[in-house]
Amino acid sequence: MKFINYLEKVSGVDIFGLTSLILFFLFFSIMVIWVFKTKKKSFQEISRIPLDNN
Amino acid sequence: MQVEKFYYDNKIVKAFGIATIVFGIVGMLAGLWAAIQIYYPAISLNLPATTFGRLRPLHTNAIIFAFVGNSIFTGVYYSLQRLCKARMFSDKLSWLHFWGWQAIIAAAAITLLMGVTTGKEYAELEWPIDIAITLIWVVFGINMFGTILKRRERHLYVAIWFYIATWVTVAMLHIVNSVEIPVTFLKSYSWYAGVQDALVQWWYGHNAVAFFLTTPVLGLMYYFLPKAANRPVYSYRLSIIHFWALIFIYIWAGPHHLLYTALPDWAQSLGTVFSVMLIAPSWGGMLNGLFTLRGAWDKVREEPVLKFMVVAITCYGMSTFEGPMLSLKNVNAISHFTDWTIAHVHIGGLGWNGFLAFAIIYYLLPKMWNTQLYSKKLATNHFWLGTIGIILYAVPMYWAGFEQASMWKQFTAEGQLKFQFLETVTNIIPMYVARSVGGLLYLTGALMMVYNVYKTVKQGSFIAEEAAEAPALVKEAPHKEYWHRVLERKPVTMLVLSLILVSIGGLVQMIPTFLVKSNVPTIASVKPYTPLELQGRDLYVKEGCYTCHSQMIRPFRDEVARYGEYSKAGEFVYDHPFQWGSKRTGPDLARIGGKYPDSWHYNHMYDPRSMSPGSVMPPYPWLLDKAIDTSNTAAKIRAMQTLGVPYPEGYDQQANRDLMKQAETIAANLKKDKIETAPNAQIVALIAYLQRVGTDIKLEPKPLAENK
Repeated sequence: MKFINYLEKVSGVDIFGLTSLILFFLFFSIMVIWVFKTKKKSFQEISRIPLDNN
Repeated sequence: MQVEKFYYDNKIVKAFGIATIVFGIVGMLAGLWAAIQIYYPAISLNLPATTFGRLRPLHTNAIIFAFVGNSIFTGVYYSLQRLCKARMFSDKLSWLHFWGWQAIIAAAAITLLMGVTTGKEYAELEWPIDIAITLIWVVFGINMFGTILKRRERHLYVAIWFYIATWVTVAMLHIVNSVEIPVTFLKSYSWYAGVQDALVQWWYGHNAVAFFLTTPVLGLMYYFLPKAANRPVYSYRLSIIHFWALIFIYIWAGPHHLLYTALPDWAQSLGTVFSVMLIAPSWGGMLNGLFTLRGAWDKVREEPVLKFMVVAITCYGMSTFEGPMLSLKNVNAISHFTDWTIAHVHIGGLGWNGFLAFAIIYYLLPKMWNTQLYSKKLATNHFWLGTIGIILYAVPMYWAGFEQASMWKQFTAEGQLKFQFLETVTNIIPMYVARSVGGLLYLTGALMMVYNVYKTVKQGSFIAEEAAEAPALVKEAPHKEYWHRVLERKPVTMLVLSLILVSIGGLVQMIPTFLVKSNVPTIASVKPYTPLELQGRDLYVKEGCYTCHSQMIRPFRDEVARYGEYSKAGEFVYDHPFQWGSKRTGPDLARIGGKYPDSWHYNHMYDPRSMSPGSVMPPYPWLLDKAIDTSNTAAKIRAMQTLGVPYPEGYDQQANRDLMKQAETIAANLKKDKIETAPNAQIVALIAYLQRVGTDIKLEPKPLAENK
């Protein structure tokens, strides 16, 4: 009784892995590009939010 | 610009803070009690409620949902108001949240000690409480989003993102994992069975750690660390990457709890790959925290709050490095089912969650009571006692785990297993003793904090309503902006986006598994449990046997030699819930059926040490006296039929007759060994179940030659 590879019987199963990898990669790349394109000064302002009041 | 005056609500923060301290002590006491039981079983007092199998779920639930839960709410209710420059959305909702959550905790404590449990780790609470949790969580959500929407600060600081992600993901996890079919008011069966139940449970279990014990606490770190150190976070850029990477990757890593089990291999590999990737964002977060203190290390020497935070963040780094290591298959083969895992989670629990909660309490006290901390020295002593406690807890457990695993795997030159299971347990008893001393030190430190809190509160005067002012938020004229800048001003969009992100990870794991259900190779000889066995199985769940016994033989030489044929996915198709377990303080039971005579089990339950001298198992004398509740047998059969277990139609009416017939056979069997018992005693049902476990595949006709 072997239980390996029964996922292969699920039709079109590859699409799950592929879609998620692409989504993951795209989201990540865009996020990283944005983070490094944004000016440091605007981040500095935001990072002071906790300190500005009491 | 018009400046608005308003008041921060400190009363709700105080209420959650007190609850944190009270339940922290309760949870630690339960843990210490359970820890002592392992080497001194008599301390179970022979009472059902205080026996390890029920005490351990009480400990874990109390620490996770009562102690850490309340500490999260303390920190969130304090920081959210200040980060949004607004009072909480609704005082009514705040108090409904508070009392609702405490009522859930009380209900949880009572039902867990009664043995009311779903048998799924960290999700043991039964369906009425599950519904209450959902409702109260929604109340919290409305209150949080209401506050965010009426804020006077344009930007959502990164801490708030962590809170939002926490809220949405915990809601999703809780609902998906709690799908169950009620049988009676306090009994339900998991909708899922076997492999599928295991996958859903550990997807939940792992992400409960991620989104209840990690993301909200990181949010708190991003607020309270800069406050305590009085300097902004080291890199805000890094905190953004930290956030998105963490929530996206975490959700995939659940299957690493099921390595080498009957779970499909692709899911195991997926879990491993994403677990290894997790190091990057986790360490990004840790370094971001530690670097925030650059140039402020002199303050760490003075300030107990910072001391606690430094150790908390370091422990976070240690356990998030260890986690990915443990999810490598070759390491997991050694660590899994041993105390190594226990050490790992306590670095996280005692170090990261506990110490950060203490830091927040010490930080808030002087602020909210407008005074100085009663004794810095006492707080520093608490810090050292706690730190030594953690070390004294973790080091022996690492040692115990490693040593026991290597003893399990040793063979003699003749090819026999070198050690009996029991020998591998009694060998590490000194480590169990050391561990409980570590726990005791940690608890003592916490008690010192209680005294310090009491004295500080007494000398200060509480500021229930803290006055503040800020200009109202005006709508900005539209101009071109980066999408993330737009995004971080839109909490609802943020919520939806986080939900989509975490759902993808969930769905990719779930959909194939749901499809796989029809593809799990059924084993023709695996049949549904008889009514008596089903009742016995429910007793197995009720007494929390899964807290010490696994039912999952991994395909290793030593496990097959010790326990028998390794476990197959098809064997668990009628197991609602699955009972694979996660720790072997006792031996695996997947092939216990037929291994011993009925009388052995009877005597063993009455006094484990009469059958296996030196055993650390607690006795279960009440099983011999209490009667099986047969009034719900028909309902249980009908529930199982709804879940697709193939009992013949109308079998529910016949079930109790079959149950008694089988019970009388077992009673007669016991009588042959000079044991008199009523056939309707609970022990009879339990024996019926134990004798059945893992025997079905032995009935399968063996093919002459296997050509696969």
